[in-house]
Amino acid sequence: MSNPAMDASIRPAASGPAPAQQNYSVGTGVVSRRPRTFGFSWLIPTIYILFLLLPIYWLVNMSFKTNQEITASFSLFPKAFTWHNYRLIFTDPSWYSGYINSIIYVALNTVISLLVALPAAYAFSRYRFLGDKHLFFWLLTNRMAPPAVFALPFFQLYSSFGLIDTHIAVALAHCLFNVPLAVWILEGFMSGVPKEIDETAYIDGYSFPRFFIKIFMPLIASGIGVVAFFCFMFSWVELLLARTLTTTDAKPISAIMTRTVSASGMDWGVLAAAGVLTIIPGALVIYFVRNYIAKGFALGRV
Amino acid sequence: MDRNWNNKAWFLVLPMLVLVAFSAIIPLMTVVNYSVQDTFGNNQFFWAGLEWFEEVLHSNRFWQALGRNLIFSGIILAIEVPLGILIALNMPKKGVGVAVCLVLMSLPLLIPWNVVGTIWQVFGRVDIGLLGYALASLGIDYNYVQDPFDAWVTVVLMDVWHWTSLVVLLCYAGLVSIPDAYYQAAKIDGASRWSVFRFIQLPKMQRVLLIAVLLRFMDSFMIYTEPFVVTGGGPGNSTTFLSIDLVKIAIGQFDLGPAAAMSLIYFLIVLLMSWVFYTVMTNLGQGDQR
Repeated sequence: MSNPAMDASIRPAASGPAPAQQNYSVGTGVVSRRPRTFGFSWLIPTIYILFLLLPIYWLVNMSFKTNQEITASFSLFPKAFTWHNYRLIFTDPSWYSGYINSIIYVALNTVISLLVALPAAYAFSRYRFLGDKHLFFWLLTNRMAPPAVFALPFFQLYSSFGLIDTHIAVALAHCLFNVPLAVWILEGFMSGVPKEIDETAYIDGYSFPRFFIKIFMPLIASGIGVVAFFCFMFSWVELLLARTLTTTDAKPISAIMTRTVSASGMDWGVLAAAGVLTIIPGALVIYFVRNYIAKGFALGRV
Repeated sequence: MDRNWNNKAWFLVLPMLVLVAFSAIIPLMTVVNYSVQDTFGNNQFFWAGLEWFEEVLHSNRFWQALGRNLIFSGIILAIEVPLGILIALNMPKKGVGVAVCLVLMSLPLLIPWNVVGTIWQVFGRVDIGLLGYALASLGIDYNYVQDPFDAWVTVVLMDVWHWTSLVVLLCYAGLVSIPDAYYQAAKIDGASRWSVFRFIQLPKMQRVLLIAVLLRFMDSFMIYTEPFVVTGGGPGNSTTFLSIDLVKIAIGQFDLGPAAAMSLIYFLIVLLMSWVFYTVMTNLGQGDQR
């Protein structure tokens, strides 16, 4: 079906002994099996990525314009390039404190989720116990619960504990959907570790906590990385609960944005700049964990 | 993996259970509490029985919001799943391209949801947005603020922009885990491109595809922030989905009883769906050698 000349041409990076090796390695060299789609196969992802980047570009573009330029004229790139919008955000505490608040509760949530999910996931992956299946399903239903259902009761619950407008309140609320996810992903990673390792460690006289921290956790390090990534992601992007539970001191940046838009009319430039700044942490995190994500997805447990 | 029967494992689960119970069971009980009571203010509550449930189930507003939400989820799945598969099939399998694709495609997933809304709110505006401006200069009458159809197009397009990458990443992970031997066998048999897809790639992607469908269904069924920022549920009620309606009733009008009853019905629907998906998924998983 395939013609050898084309086969060779679509492996530009391969040289020397590499092609032979790739032919027999698992999961790579798939491209070479589909010579006929080669001509256009790059086109579809490229168009898709362009479609993804266009709205983001537009936001970046706007963030470097003055308000007059945004409303008065239409241009594909800023003519009067200005840092004014960014300068405003970085000098006004009511703006930049929003970023700090967001990062604090996201970090808290990630730590809490991991701390409770690690032992729980170990229990699910290693033991059978009374009601384990029901418990696991009940956990997953929490991931499926619409946050809108919980917004009001959360507000009342945390008010009665005096936790409204604190970072810990948002961090705990986000555990509702992050802990089930963390347990689910970690359980998958842990089941991949052979049980003999546990048994050998116990025979060698390791206590459970020491074994868990010294031996087991390094083995599932990439799983922990994936979980941290997803906890970060879902806590960073959530707004409904974060906004409901905070008023001023712990207000996340995304909520500050909505408030400012309605209050000060339409300050498009600042709005765009604030939006761009919320994209950056996510982009950084993605860049650092890009190899882990693929692994986490490969387990099919997101 | 064979697992030992050991009830002491409950101690390992306990911290997680306490935490999730605090943030799930107590609020849920509050909702149940409200759903069967009536109040005239002053924190005085009276037993109302199933009154609120009857009211919600007989209100057109609820059924319309549910209908809109189901249509929305249907459209989303019909677009995102085939599109995601198509893109995943055409992604580079090695080299620098993989990292570039993964990073760029994951970008929309990590943007706060209301910023996604803001991006599209700006992008679609006829006066200052690229999309709106381009459509207007092509002579297409497009205004998502006034026209319900345009509002739907914008919201659907936004969701496709936001979430297709998740389907792509899942399918891609499924694809790269297919051993090379399968393709070699197909080549020897002279299989066409279509039969390679139909008999090798699709069956191997079945499990991740189910997860993708499950996640996309659930998340689009709970969608709140993005359409709220872009359209605010309007024009009229045309993009008022269940969550938006619920928040309107609960926090906007503070009608605790109906809101609580609606929450429970809403939650039961989601629960039923997730149970169906979970059963199907675990049954499929039995066949795998995991």
